[in-house]
Amino acid sequence: MDRLRVATIWFGGCSGCHMSFLDLDEFLIDLAAKIEIVFSPVVDTKEYPAAVDVCLIEGALCNEENVEWLKIIRERTRVLVAFGDCAVTGNVPTMRNALGLNNDVNVLDRAYRECADNNQGIPNEAGIVPTLLKRVIPLHEVVHVDLFLPGCPPPAGRIKSLLVQVLEGQSPVLEGANIKFG
Amino acid sequence: MAAITLTIDDKQVSAEDSQSVLSIAQEQGIAIPTLCHLEGVYDVGACRLCLVEVAGVNKLLPACTTKATEGMVVRTDTERLRKYRKITLELLFAERNHVCAICVANGHCELQTMAYNQGMDHVRYDYCFPKWDMDLTHERFGMDHNRCILCARCVRACWHIEGAGTKNVAGRGARSHIITDMFQPWGEAESCTSCGKCVMACPTGALFERGSTTGEMQRDRTTLEFIVTAREKKQWIA
Ligand code: SF4
Ligand code: SF4
Ligand code: FES
Repeated sequence: MDRLRVATIWFGGCSGCHMSFLDLDEFLIDLAAKIEIVFSPVVDTKEYPAAVDVCLIEGALCNEENVEWLKIIRERTRVLVAFGDCAVTGNVPTMRNALGLNNDVNVLDRAYRECADNNQGIPNEAGIVPTLLKRVIPLHEVVHVDLFLPGCPPPAGRIKSLLVQVLEGQSPVLEGANIKFG
Repeated sequence: MAAITLTIDDKQVSAEDSQSVLSIAQEQGIAIPTLCHLEGVYDVGACRLCLVEVAGVNKLLPACTTKATEGMVVRTDTERLRKYRKITLELLFAERNHVCAICVANGHCELQTMAYNQGMDHVRYDYCFPKWDMDLTHERFGMDHNRCILCARCVRACWHIEGAGTKNVAGRGARSHIITDMFQPWGEAESCTSCGKCVMACPTGALFERGSTTGEMQRDRTTLEFIVTAREKKQWIA
């Protein structure tokens, strides 16, 4: 049987969900025989490939680049998984939303002007530094998400439980404390 | 008080006519999810988690504030109810700013636990992201309005267990919020006895002991129960 084509990506997240994935320890070896990582921060592919079976997406949508990528990923992926609380709820990155309508400008001002000792000024380079969204949002506000894997980060056992079900060709069900936020 | 008979989930039960559907179900070991219900104080029907179906009534009724009547036929666990419970929970999460990962109540929160027990793995509604502050003026306790679900357990514990009457609900609609005294900062609320009963009553991370960090706010409900028990059994009356 062909190995499952799996991708992972992180948007507005801390990479903790990816670290938790690495916590799968020896299960990673079993996994290597069954899946092929075709795109991920841990492999050096720059373009998102076609015909991906499963993509684990960590992080909330914080800037325009995140949204563009998400749309491409949706087109080229069969099963899209919101991987971790930031992807599922927006989580910590959404905390700027409550700072009001101009929060996208204000947070940059605070970080790069008010708190900067040197080189005060907001980084700005068209095509390189993406523009922040007016409000940080979870994935399913923009595209259809097939599976939700909450947790900050989702514990390795929870990731395993989902992956095993996907590999067995079932439509995965997570229940009880396996869908606990936080 | 007269005895009545009713049916809950196909089970014939007898009860007293003054009892709520919720209390009868609990006696029978039938679990109805609740959030605003708190043992020892009267019910207000604020959270709508305990909605049940009653034969002959089109709308769903809160079990905690609905008195049982003779011959009533009640259902507590149907597809329709499960659907509405999930919607209610999602709306509670969308209404304020719940960031479980960094919340003092993470792992000990009744809202969080209720959400996963009812199968809520994401919120289908757009989050509101309202601006709410924290009150950290009291020397021992704090209030984070971002996490409040307006269940008014704190208000009822304050008025009817402690008898201080410090906590109240002010405002309307989405701007309703918990206040202390006449909307003074908690630390300046003269009626507050600093007993901490509101903190023990709160189901979420909205009320906490100062100094607690993520996941550290665990509650001890026995501090409420011993007074309620003493009152019910008239233990302190000579
Ligand atoms: S109060 Fe409960 S549901 Fe809300 S953020 Fe805290 S742990 Fe999560
Ligand atoms: S502070 Fe806690 S107990 Fe009081 S209304 Fe809010 S959630 Fe309920
Ligand atoms: S427990 Fe009945 S409405 Fe909250």
